[in-house]
Amino acid sequence: MLQTVALSGSRGQRQLFSDVSVTVRPGTLLAVAGANGSGKTSFLRILCGLLSPDGGTILWQGKDIHQLKELYRAQLMYIGHLNGIKDELTPIENLTLSACLAGDDSSGTTVQKALEAVGLSRPVHVLPTRVLSQGQKRRVALARLWLSTRPLWFLDEPFASLDAAATTYLTQRLQSHLSNGGMVVVSTHQEIALPSDSVQHLGLTQ
Amino acid sequence: MSQPSLSEALCGVVRRDLLLAMRHRSDVAMSIFFVVIVASLFPLGVGPEAAVLRMIGPGVLWVTALLACLLSLGRLFTADYLDGVLEQTALIPQSLAVLVIGKVFAHWVISGLPVVLLSPLLGLQFGLGGDSLGVLTLSLLLGTPTLSMIGGIGAALTLGLRGSGLLVALLVLPLFVPVLIFGAGAVTSSMAGIGSEANLSLLGACFMLSLAFAPWATAVALRIALE
Amino acid sequence: MAINWFKYSSPQAFLPLAGRMIPWFSVAALASICVGLYIGFFVAPTDFQQGDSYRIIFVHVPAAWMSMFLYVVMAIWAGLGLGLNARPSFMMAQAIAPTGAMFTFLALLTGAMWGKPTWGAWWVWDARLTSELILLFQYIGIILLRASIDDLRRADRASAVLALVGVVNVPIIYFSVKWWNTLHQGASVTMTESKMATPMVAAMLIMMLGFWMYSFAVTLARMRCVILDRERQPSWSKHSSIHEVVEAR
Repeated sequence: MLQTVALSGSRGQRQLFSDVSVTVRPGTLLAVAGANGSGKTSFLRILCGLLSPDGGTILWQGKDIHQLKELYRAQLMYIGHLNGIKDELTPIENLTLSACLAGDDSSGTTVQKALEAVGLSRPVHVLPTRVLSQGQKRRVALARLWLSTRPLWFLDEPFASLDAAATTYLTQRLQSHLSNGGMVVVSTHQEIALPSDSVQHLGLTQ
Repeated sequence: MSQPSLSEALCGVVRRDLLLAMRHRSDVAMSIFFVVIVASLFPLGVGPEAAVLRMIGPGVLWVTALLACLLSLGRLFTADYLDGVLEQTALIPQSLAVLVIGKVFAHWVISGLPVVLLSPLLGLQFGLGGDSLGVLTLSLLLGTPTLSMIGGIGAALTLGLRGSGLLVALLVLPLFVPVLIFGAGAVTSSMAGIGSEANLSLLGACFMLSLAFAPWATAVALRIALE
Repeated sequence: MAINWFKYSSPQAFLPLAGRMIPWFSVAALASICVGLYIGFFVAPTDFQQGDSYRIIFVHVPAAWMSMFLYVVMAIWAGLGLGLNARPSFMMAQAIAPTGAMFTFLALLTGAMWGKPTWGAWWVWDARLTSELILLFQYIGIILLRASIDDLRRADRASAVLALVGVVNVPIIYFSVKWWNTLHQGASVTMTESKMATPMVAAMLIMMLGFWMYSFAVTLARMRCVILDRERQPSWSKHSSIHEVVEAR
């Protein structure tokens, strides 16, 4: 269970949000909404531990994440605006390395299945990522979700640059993750097609 | 919950960088050609007199290796920073300092090791003889990883800044100076017959010191840059 | 710099306090430096080896010591800033750097002026001079790094890391005369005894004091500028001009 207590954050000289207290329980998705520049990305990065908050605490299973450090990082998966994949490597190589570095199953068949689950056909698996389209690159980045066994996911605008088919795949994956007791924090502009009792909304304002 | 072991994470990081280098074999070639060309500039500029070349040889070769390291520092973290791989690396549940050692090691294998292997040939170009060539190679073997580790701090501090190429040089060259002095000094003292043990042990001490502190400082600097 | 910080760790409270302290330090600095220079240039006896050209030592040695001390002090503030995540500590480190650089440059300049009549050359690559030159580059690097980063928090923390990393050079400078056979004299003034005539020692110590007072005064003045630059907040614009803000208690 993830909890924030009176969290406030700023970027440079600009105060983004203050006194945000929210709880994300197992099996729920927190959808963070707000206008452009309202601090959604910073909020997610603060929750991951990449950015320091101005004030407040973040608790994972009741313990402060800044004390848990590596123990907390072992529980989370973050996919931000940047894809986190190498253009010179093929999708299979990228995903195998990501899985290896996350301690997940990185065997050939599992990786291929994950790529197919995001809708990338076999011939695409062995092309260098730089020749793929933006949407395809995004799918490669998101394919890590099919290999991950970590409970807490942070996704920054995951549906951006995805077509209808990929959006469906991702939504189904989110649904199965939530059914297994996982938690998701998503920043998004659009509605997510999930049962309303598992979705929480947070609007970021000053 | 899944967590890679420290050695798994380290190997993964090294493997990725070496794999990328294999796709860009020109990077390795560039280091080699740079060193060869710059080392050749000195005889052309100073004149071919053998005694003069033998005297300036150790210093010239060391400065050339230093410049090669400096110019390749841009490749250490920048690409990872720009495509988001660096923030993923920072989120790996292991010590970032150890992962930095992995990255620096891979970087050294690509840009530093070729210089070390080439150094006997370059030494011959400057008229260095038997023993001194061995000392030259050994000093570079100890010194170039140290330069890469110290350079990593500068690269991390200036990540994503405009004009970072020049700025890295300015920040890192003062810290390179002791390594340069001991490294070139080892070869010079060997040529003078004094024996290079003192300089080489100091060089070794620099290596140990940088191994102990530089990765940690680099990790701190990387987290600052990722904020 | 051993002021009880916690009371004045709010920049608004620190500003008027600094304003009150600066005149005292300035006067003390001026007085000490004048006295020190007088003793050094007129009272101290002529050195039997070097004649009168040695008198530049009364500027050179205190300046060199200051350059090292100030670097260590700056590094301590930098470390405190990183450890406690305290903005005032970073501001203090920012305020010290230019003064430290100035003293390093002064030490090198006066060193060259001394070197010419004594060793016959404006510059010699001996261990102490070389490491002092490196110290100047380190100061400049810290100042330039801060100037290159737009985001204030990142600039503070990055220059703090750089300052701490460079601290390793200071012991090298200090011990370089012992470790290497160089043209520099060995330590002539130690904690327990001194090998120089009393007026010379007195002049050097008074000059040291003068330089310390100067450093306090200038650093505090620069701190005020740093605070005003960073803490521009609406609540302070009750007053219509900067002058009123500065004079306000």
